[in-house]
Amino acid sequence: MNSRIKNLRGESLMATNTLSPERAILLTKFYKNEMGDKSSIPVKRAKAFKYILENKKICINQNELIVGERGPVAKATPTYPEVSLHSLKDLEILDTRPKVWFKVDDETKKVYENDIIPFWKGNTQRDKMFGLLPDEWKAAYEAGIFTEFQEQRAPGHTVAGKKIFQKGMLDLKKEIKDSIEKFKTSNGPEAQGKIEELKAMDIAADAIITFAHRHTMALISLAEVEENEGRKAELIKMARVCRKVPANAPETFHEMLQHYWFIHLGVITEVNPWDSFNPGRLDQHLYPFYKQEIENGTLTKESAIELLQAFWVKFNNHPSPPKMGVTALESNTYTDFSLINLGGLKEDGTDAVNELTYILLDVIEEMRILQPSSMVQLSKKNPDKFIQRAIQITKTGFGQPSIFNTDAIIKELVNQGKDIIDARNGGASGCVETGAFGTESYILTGYFNLNKILEITLYNGTDPRTGKEIGLKTGNPRNFQTIDELLEAYKKQLNYFAYIKLKGNNIIEKLYAEKLPVPFLSLIIEDCISNGIDYNAGGARYNTSYVQGVGLGSVTDNLASIKYNVFDKKKVSLDELLNALNANFEGFEQLRHDLVYETPKYGNDDDYADQHSVFVFNTFYDAVNGKPTYRGGKYRINMLPTTSHVYFGSVMKATPDGRKEFEPLSEGISPFQGADKKGPTAVLKSAAKIDHIKTGGTLLNQKFSPSFFKDEESIEKLSYLVRSYFRMEGHHIQFNVVNAKTLRDAQKHPEKYTDLIVRVAGYSDYFNDLGEGLQNEIIRRTEHEEI
Amino acid sequence: MEATIFDIKHFAVHDGPGIRQTVFFKGCPLKCWWCHNPESQSKNIESFTRINRLDGKEFKKESPIGYSITIDDLFKTIQGDKIFFEESGGGVTFSGGEPLMQADFLYEITKLCKENGIHTCIDTSGFAPEETLQKIAKIADCFLYDLKIVDNYLHYNYTNTPVFDIISNLNWLDQNNKNVILRFPLIPGITDSRQNLSEVKLFIKSLKNIHQIDILPYHDIANSKYNRFNKENLMKGSGLIPEEQISHIKSEFESLGFKVGIGG
Repeated sequence: MNSRIKNLRGESLMATNTLSPERAILLTKFYKNEMGDKSSIPVKRAKAFKYILENKKICINQNELIVGERGPVAKATPTYPEVSLHSLKDLEILDTRPKVWFKVDDETKKVYENDIIPFWKGNTQRDKMFGLLPDEWKAAYEAGIFTEFQEQRAPGHTVAGKKIFQKGMLDLKKEIKDSIEKFKTSNGPEAQGKIEELKAMDIAADAIITFAHRHTMALISLAEVEENEGRKAELIKMARVCRKVPANAPETFHEMLQHYWFIHLGVITEVNPWDSFNPGRLDQHLYPFYKQEIENGTLTKESAIELLQAFWVKFNNHPSPPKMGVTALESNTYTDFSLINLGGLKEDGTDAVNELTYILLDVIEEMRILQPSSMVQLSKKNPDKFIQRAIQITKTGFGQPSIFNTDAIIKELVNQGKDIIDARNGGASGCVETGAFGTESYILTGYFNLNKILEITLYNGTDPRTGKEIGLKTGNPRNFQTIDELLEAYKKQLNYFAYIKLKGNNIIEKLYAEKLPVPFLSLIIEDCISNGIDYNAGGARYNTSYVQGVGLGSVTDNLASIKYNVFDKKKVSLDELLNALNANFEGFEQLRHDLVYETPKYGNDDDYADQHSVFVFNTFYDAVNGKPTYRGGKYRINMLPTTSHVYFGSVMKATPDGRKEFEPLSEGISPFQGADKKGPTAVLKSAAKIDHIKTGGTLLNQKFSPSFFKDEESIEKLSYLVRSYFRMEGHHIQFNVVNAKTLRDAQKHPEKYTDLIVRVAGYSDYFNDLGEGLQNEIIRRTEHEEI
Repeated sequence: MEATIFDIKHFAVHDGPGIRQTVFFKGCPLKCWWCHNPESQSKNIESFTRINRLDGKEFKKESPIGYSITIDDLFKTIQGDKIFFEESGGGVTFSGGEPLMQADFLYEITKLCKENGIHTCIDTSGFAPEETLQKIAKIADCFLYDLKIVDNYLHYNYTNTPVFDIISNLNWLDQNNKNVILRFPLIPGITDSRQNLSEVKLFIKSLKNIHQIDILPYHDIANSKYNRFNKENLMKGSGLIPEEQISHIKSEFESLGFKVGIGG
């Protein structure tokens, strides 16, 4: 990388994470001033958005090429008090907590105490939510049966499709005008509401144009005083770019990146949607511009790479908004899950890998930063060179790019009823979530603790940690004569908790649809404009809400252990087993040994164990899949944990697989740490026994020591391993390549490893930023695979 | 029909082309000083004390080394990995011990694999009656064939077997144009002597159809196995072969027109 990029990258890495009150102040001021304004909710939200973009500080970093910051400076992260309000205590915790901290200055604390807290307290989405949710929901939530995504961040989880790379805001304003005309003419019962939505979208489009214009002005001012002629010319060019986009459709490589970046900032300033936002199939969107400009001679490969690297830095300047409470436990990271997709298939079903795909892979390898995250979509139609190049980068150990099965993703989308073209334009975002890019609102609603439900079943509806009765009375398991009776009871409990979760989801979705529309995001995702409906209210072409199952490996081992030790081999009675679990195995060491070492486990291609993964998966699927959502879509499942397997373990006592109390559960669909003894082919075969096509994504983490990557032949063999898994319709696989010695040293001397990035679960993170429990777990995983 | 085996390794990446499953037969007529699988030497199912650790405590248990497996069960296990074989151009490798010691079983399982389109590889010392070797050579796709020491006296000294049959079997495979990859264990103080190296080179130069050799440098990973299975370790205290020496030998083999791999 050249010295400019080196500096920009270095500044981004070194920038201090701060909490910026700027947005909260502007938002509060707006709502205070406009108390008398009787506009509809969407119009008012759009006006507030416009007010923020008209008044926030414009930041142009030295020597940068792509401009625009969400906060007043890089890594100054705003808050969203209309969604969830930080208390003074929360601010104190954020300021001082040892990991994933955000510095909060005294002035911020003061403005929170005097203005922001008094205005928003009791009026946030979070307050309203907890006011409406039923007691049984709260009981299950507090017990750690499930989490709730929309409690601190708004729905989002979506990705830009090709439309926004082909259209400017002025084009969208025209579409809005046509749509308003259409509804005026029809004058149906919902016309007025729709027209209000569309007016709001129109204001939001103006807002982002104004924001870009303010950058133009700032760039011109800078150019006027710039002494370096080269930089002066650059500033003038950048001003010209910002004058053109996003008002008009981009026509050059540079314009395209800047265009996207303004839209990105719009989405993450309007509200704090989960998974930030994401340009999606970047190599596909950019390639026509790249090719044309290279042919015309208006762009060189070097300048394209420089622009891409400058673009990369912008992502890294934007950490995930600060979380608190349970949400901080389930997902505490600076990563905001922008997942760049490369490769895959074109709309016509042919191989999409192009020259720019490889250039982007080079950029990923060279930049080696936390954000954006990256993945490759691998179809059986893609060349070996592509997957092998991706694995070569993985070898360097920072966990990117992860590898996804395009053919499976397309089948998953089509299985959900999507058009084949929309499916081929899709991919995966966040951790592993399948989506039709640009046309779908797909929202994660919360992690679902498959193991805690088994624990509740074993205690006949009671949570052994708190003694509270939160589940159904499905019978004392000591009286069960067969494993089938236990499975039947488990199924009833799971259905019960899934019902509670979905009931809660519908309340929350309604709240977001009515109270927190997102007119700006609605501009971006088709067909909100033509439907005249907000993204949060079901305006997108497709609407999906996910519940994410967690701990498949552990729950499989737990059920297999009970079947094997209690019912089949009769080594121990269920009563004695429960006593051992209650005692956290103290005094039951030999039993624990047998549970750990002499009991069939998931991950070894052993149907005795694996039949239970299929049972739990199907039970979960039947309980959730296809149920209607408030937004007019369907509920679906996927299998991913982020870091919730650690939180979910922390609310559980010891388990029949030999796991001690409060220890983490298995993550994704990976085997429990250390349970797989027959190598990667057996893991892949176990993992492929569930029907991935019925999900919206599964996550498989496979650890390898660096020796598996030692030469081209080894990398080739790994690529065949991936191809085999994908032929079995596996959705995703990621490699973690690092040895335990390095990790242990990093734990002791964090100062020496500030840049050490490891694969966690569906994303990579700085090792230093992980909690100690998670660090230990990753070390254990790594050690296991080195043996 | 049953065989005695001591392990099945999945995702074996050093035992032939592609991703392989390696089946380790138990029992070997040789007793090489540097043997990496000391538990494979006896054809009997011996026992050892397995130690599992949990929370700093040791749990000891008498456990068997190896087990009997029926042809059906073994074939089922092999076929379980077929998808990996197909994607990678891999297959099954029969290793040991010495797989040819259980020749009838080996022939039947190889035949079954062949009938089902699974690539087979025999990893052998070559120490077997010629009719045994020739029979399996008709159906096996590939041989990984050990060439250790050419001098008969030294061969006997370090492996407890004469070298004549090994050499004549190898010559037969070469003359009949069978697919063979030679494997040369590079053992400090034993096979790396100037005399042995020049004899090995002289011999491989005489081969007509075989053009591939993997150098397997000695490593001490097996030391822990000798302790665990309570076997006498004749190589105790041996150092490793320096990198330069390995690459020097590699280039010497290459100059004879061989494709040379390291580490196999």
